Amino acid sequence: MNYEILLPNSSFKECADFIKKNFKEVYYVEAGFKIFDNYLVGVSPIPIAVDGEDVILPYVKPCHGCFVLRIPGKEEAERLRAGKY
Amino acid sequence: MKALLMMGCPELPVQTAAGLYIANKLNDEGFDVTIAGNKAAVSLLLNSDPQRHYIRKVMDLDRCIGALAEKKMDFDLCFVFIHSDSGISYLATVKSLSKAKTVAVIFGKDIEPLIEASGDSVIIAAKAVHNPTPLRAQIDGVKSWAALTR
Repeated sequence: MNYEILLPNSSFKECADFIKKNFKEVYYVEAGFKIFDNYLVGVSPIPIAVDGEDVILPYVKPCHGCFVLRIPGKEEAERLRAGKY
Repeated sequence: MKALLMMGCPELPVQTAAGLYIANKLNDEGFDVTIAGNKAAVSLLLNSDPQRHYIRKVMDLDRCIGALAEKKMDFDLCFVFIHSDSGISYLATVKSLSKAKTVAVIFGKDIEPLIEASGDSVIIAAKAVHNPTPLRAQIDGVKSWAALTR
């Protein structure tokens, strides 16, 4: 998957706050929400931003903490905008 | 009764020992025990128990989250191993996806913030990195895990 790391190795709260602070178009989903064939891990409600055709989301790894990733994804962005989740 | 042990990053040695110890206790109580973890965490467990006396079912952590999210499986009791903020995120996810009673197994050097963040889960916590004895003492303080599911 093509992605850009916007914020590395942080706490989940820091990542959630980063998304809420830096993006205008933010949607909130529950833990376990499926996007890009992954199930989101975190404390609900989990903020996901849409910026153009990119999706910005927090991504938790057991050994490395939480990251904010920017992932190109027109279909997922449209799904979030349409409220189909 | 079904129990899940959700392992975190295995960088702290006590995790594998505590996982085996809890699995043994649960097996003795008649639980059907599944252990979920990343490749390294599961490998440490399986290499510590080559004849599978304690570890019977294992699965990949991401697949476990997916199966819970898709409601393809669920548990009565779920132990989440926590020594960092990531563990808290996994605990919150399990609480959101499962009907299981959750047990936060907290260890490491700085456990107080993790205890605070664990909310209404049953807390098993000890400052422990290499020596599992303090954590084992906390685990032994619970006489029946099955009683938690009633």
